[in-house]
Amino acid sequence: MKPQPAPTVRIAAGQGFWGDWLEAPYRQVTGGPIDYLMMDYLAEVTMSILQKQKSRDPSLGYAKDFIPSMERILPIVAQRGIKITANAGGVNPRACAQAVAETARRLQLGGKVRIGVVTGDDLLGRLDGLLARGHELKNLDTGRPLSEVRDRVVSANAYLGAWPVVEALRGGANIVVTGRVTDTGLTLAPMIHTFGWRPDAWDLLAAGTVAGHTIECGAQCSGGNCLVDWEGIPDLANVGYPIVEASADGTFEITKHPGTGGRISVAGVKEQLVYEMGNPAEYITPDGIADFTTIQLEQRGKDRVRVSGVRGRPATDKLKVSIGYFYGYKAVGTLVYAWPDAYRKAQAADRILRQRLADLGLKFEAVLTEFVGVDATHGPLARAGAPLDQLPEVQLRIGVRSPDKAAVDRFTREIAPLILNGPPSVTGFAGGRPKPEEIVAYWPALIDKRMVEPCVEVVDV
Amino acid sequence: MRRRAKAVKGGGGGSRTRPVPLVAIAHARSGDKGDTANVGLIALKPEYYPILVKHVTAARVARHFKGMISGPVERFELPNLHALNFLLHGALDGGGTISLKTDAQGKVFSTALLRLELDLPK
Repeated sequence: MKPQPAPTVRIAAGQGFWGDWLEAPYRQVTGGPIDYLMMDYLAEVTMSILQKQKSRDPSLGYAKDFIPSMERILPIVAQRGIKITANAGGVNPRACAQAVAETARRLQLGGKVRIGVVTGDDLLGRLDGLLARGHELKNLDTGRPLSEVRDRVVSANAYLGAWPVVEALRGGANIVVTGRVTDTGLTLAPMIHTFGWRPDAWDLLAAGTVAGHTIECGAQCSGGNCLVDWEGIPDLANVGYPIVEASADGTFEITKHPGTGGRISVAGVKEQLVYEMGNPAEYITPDGIADFTTIQLEQRGKDRVRVSGVRGRPATDKLKVSIGYFYGYKAVGTLVYAWPDAYRKAQAADRILRQRLADLGLKFEAVLTEFVGVDATHGPLARAGAPLDQLPEVQLRIGVRSPDKAAVDRFTREIAPLILNGPPSVTGFAGGRPKPEEIVAYWPALIDKRMVEPCVEVVDV
Repeated sequence: MRRRAKAVKGGGGGSRTRPVPLVAIAHARSGDKGDTANVGLIALKPEYYPILVKHVTAARVARHFKGMISGPVERFELPNLHALNFLLHGALDGGGTISLKTDAQGKVFSTALLRLELDLPK
């Protein structure tokens, strides 16, 4: 007899970005029953930071925070049979898996942990070959060919989808560590694996993608950063991260562990659904296209929202590629001016500083001044109607950007002198001189799917 | 002051329309894709959605953000969520790591849009 697929699978979000709450993974695996823990670590710029770390030390290049997190939860995970999908591998998934394996052995979990490793997304070493064969990797926003910045490229990763993760799960892995797998793929893969969804079941794959989008930013769908009734959302100090309870028919419910803070509401889930949204009818992933205009939401009880009706369309024959390239330098300096005339003093300091930069003959691609407390967030929209004469304090925040490191460096030395040789009532410079920062910019492109070969390994600990 | 002036302009005599701040009928969340900010605008009640569709047009939003964005505004409708999605192109000083802005990732364009004031029939 064929085994019946499980009626539901519970996938918990444990990390919405690298730097998210360290307590979340532990609370998700201990706060109630779950089947999978999904941990998303990678943002667009993360890969280039990791590539830089790897170039300095070949054993690095992954999200280091993942290892202490695993150290804390692995015994519980192994005992309860919870599986983990995580793109913590960054640009070095094998080294990340190695570190997890060492941790597992140290915890005497040998024989209880099988690690799946997904690679094949890293195109950095193949770029010249691809360009030579006519793959231009044009910038999706500007249309420019990659050859223009080829000598400055520091990272290049194709976005893989759910299927390589599924392959690792089918191979018996209970911890899957990946490189640049889509955020949504980490949630979709356990559903495909649990229910045996087919590669052309476009509506189901779209539903799983919507589930992934809903929880990929962690608590941002369970009460965090939620504008609706924000003061009424209870106990954010103990916010519960979201859990998807999915069924084989593609419907799912968003919930969280009992006794946790935050809130799962239709309004809050809507806020997350529109986050970083482009054309809602065409949410494109390697696994298919999800149509967000078909999503139906329903409050099914306290902290429980049902999602149904999701329709999808076939995947395209392209994969998105995230490329990081060296762009130049930037620095941002700040000073705080106090009442009376706080705003006018900050404006005067800005004028003086700009004149000095000009007198020094320094060339910048951009100089941007913001007055924090006046217009830094809402620009001219905020200045209208604000009591600009009576503000208790204003922070002058001025930033410069240039291909010329020396110009940026000199700018950083022009802030502090203003304290004694500029407008009065100035403070807030305890942090010292700002540091010039290297800019690694983002170059989004597309590549033919057949040019990318995902690689899946499963190793016992 | 601004409020009354607009109502007069919209109503032709100041009596047929009333100013309604968008924040009273909608909530929002915003994010980024490169140099583009997106703002998802969601009706607080389903019956407010047609008001958003009719009055919060791409052109109206482009006027609202005049001087703050360098590119065009696109609008998409999500009637199922009672929501509109706006793409504000050229909003982030190059976006991501290039941007010098405090809000380099467009996180608070959401509430900046909610400052919009609508002239609605009384």
